[in-house]
Amino acid sequence: MAKYIVKRVFYMFITLFLIATATFFLMKTLPGSPISSASKLTPNQLAVVEAKYGLDQPLPVQYGKYMLNLAQGDLGNSFQFKGASVTDLILNRLGPSFILGAQGLILGVSIGILLGMIAALRQNSVWDYGSTFIAILGISIPSFVFASFLQYWFAVKWGVLPVALWNDGWKSSILPSLALAMGPLATASRFIRTEMIEVLSSDYITLARSKGATGFEVAFKHAFRNALIPLVTVMGPLAAGLLTGSLVIEQIFAIPGIGEQFVKAIMVNDFSIIMGTTLFFSVFLVFVILLVDILYGVIDPRIRLSGGNS
Amino acid sequence: MTQNLDKLPIESFKRITIDSSHAEKISKPSMSFWQDAWLRIRKNKAAIVSMVILFLIIVMAFVGPFLSPHDADTQTITHANLPPKVQGFENLGFFDGVGTLGGKEVNLYEMKKVDTYYWFGTDGLGRDMFSRLWEGTQISLFIAFVAAAIDMVIGVIYGGVSAYYGGRVDDIMQRIVEILYGIPNLVVVILMILVMDPGIMAIIIAITLTGWIGMSRIVRGQVLKYKNQEFVLAARTLGASNNRIIGKHLLPNILAIIIINTMFTIPGAIFFEAFLSFIGLGLQPPAASLGTLINDGYKLMQFQPHILLFPSLVISLLMIAFNLLGDGLRDALDPKIKD
Repeated sequence: MAKYIVKRVFYMFITLFLIATATFFLMKTLPGSPISSASKLTPNQLAVVEAKYGLDQPLPVQYGKYMLNLAQGDLGNSFQFKGASVTDLILNRLGPSFILGAQGLILGVSIGILLGMIAALRQNSVWDYGSTFIAILGISIPSFVFASFLQYWFAVKWGVLPVALWNDGWKSSILPSLALAMGPLATASRFIRTEMIEVLSSDYITLARSKGATGFEVAFKHAFRNALIPLVTVMGPLAAGLLTGSLVIEQIFAIPGIGEQFVKAIMVNDFSIIMGTTLFFSVFLVFVILLVDILYGVIDPRIRLSGGNS
Repeated sequence: MTQNLDKLPIESFKRITIDSSHAEKISKPSMSFWQDAWLRIRKNKAAIVSMVILFLIIVMAFVGPFLSPHDADTQTITHANLPPKVQGFENLGFFDGVGTLGGKEVNLYEMKKVDTYYWFGTDGLGRDMFSRLWEGTQISLFIAFVAAAIDMVIGVIYGGVSAYYGGRVDDIMQRIVEILYGIPNLVVVILMILVMDPGIMAIIIAITLTGWIGMSRIVRGQVLKYKNQEFVLAARTLGASNNRIIGKHLLPNILAIIIINTMFTIPGAIFFEAFLSFIGLGLQPPAASLGTLINDGYKLMQFQPHILLFPSLVISLLMIAFNLLGDGLRDALDPKIKD
């Protein structure tokens, strides 16, 4: 297990290094710079500004400096916000994104588990078809379409919830969280359904039944706990999905989160925010996937015994 | 039942002798793998309905723009923001050209003295939404199919070569995949879109850049499974070349999984195109795709909800149909696979 973790961490760092390098050079080839598009400067002024941000130095030097700073957690300064540190900008925006992501994930996964269980216990009934239908909708309908309709009905038409912005306490977080929850809900319910059906047909469930355990006991004490374990494996893709979702959802509901800042930075060519946020996203996702793989081995001893390296 | 047994007439019983010469007889017609799969998918109502819906949408994507008397790109400012109106629906309460203006329900066609029908209404520049919708669907489908095809070709070749030749080739190729696999799809797509000129090609390249990895991993696993089995060994012993073994023996065995996986790549590509267009990184106006149409509609949602409604409906139907068809194909082509 220790060897496996070391190997995985090693690969994680190579991946992150490659992403950082690729991001840096891609950004350098971008058409236009924030300075040229922001204002009309004389060549003299331009030189001063470029010197200030280190843009006049040769590329390898810029790259070296960038990587050194990166190793210390310094993502550089923003061009757009009067040289504010990108690390600070991201950290300041972390709160709303985190709240929405966590709420969406918890809400989606718990409802998804519930639906999946009902579907598995009442296989081929109306309940089963109903929850399968919801799952298919959740997987198919793009989150921003769903979000637009939530916003239209609940906020614009009926006016029961705030349309957008982050200024009405927890009420502001309801609609965006719902929109984000659809994906995890669908994934979790489909996953739990198949797992439960498989577990329910295994020998130890038959044994529990023959020993006189009630249906409720069998479902929750024996089947559910085992069906839950593999759900950990979908956490990686779920986290990636939440991140993709947050970019559009935060835009739609004007949430002051990382995603909204990222999309705005793209529009105004703010390299350092784009680079910083890209790296932040990458670190987050790569780390989640690593964590999930390790966690899976820890909570399910069967994986560990069989070498678990696939 | 049992107590009445003696009342049954003796003639209704007949002695059956098993003729061992018929033991090898095949009583049912023999069916190929694909016939068998077709029989199974035919029973899947959801998959069949999805097929019909997909067929209709694809046909409309090509025929639709010609059905409407209005061109997709012609801007008629005096006809801007009209709600949907269809011939024969004038008195039915919907599709009758009535929309809200300043909080009041009015027939905008009468008010603006428009003497024609826009089936799905018009957008803010007076362009016919019906034509635009189907042209947008066409572009979205084109992007999705091309991206899925490229993913498939690269993935199959990469995974196949890696597994078939094995050894050091496999080692090196898999190390590369392992590193690439760690890079989040979203990050790559956004970075590539930023660097390239916006357009259809940029979106396709961005989607396929990491999209093939999933396919290559699946194909590699399958080839590894089959390449050491007896029938491959037998073919090799009989002197079959590598090309023949790959083409005649391995590919047909993994074709089902390739098809299933491709069926799930297509909705993924449709989603990514719409996603990019929605955050403003996709197609640039005046080009229309489902994503840009949804983006346009979203901006006018409060006053002209119909502009958002139709593209949202089409993209949702497309995604649902592709997912259901993919599910159906998976059950039909590979009954062993679980969800």
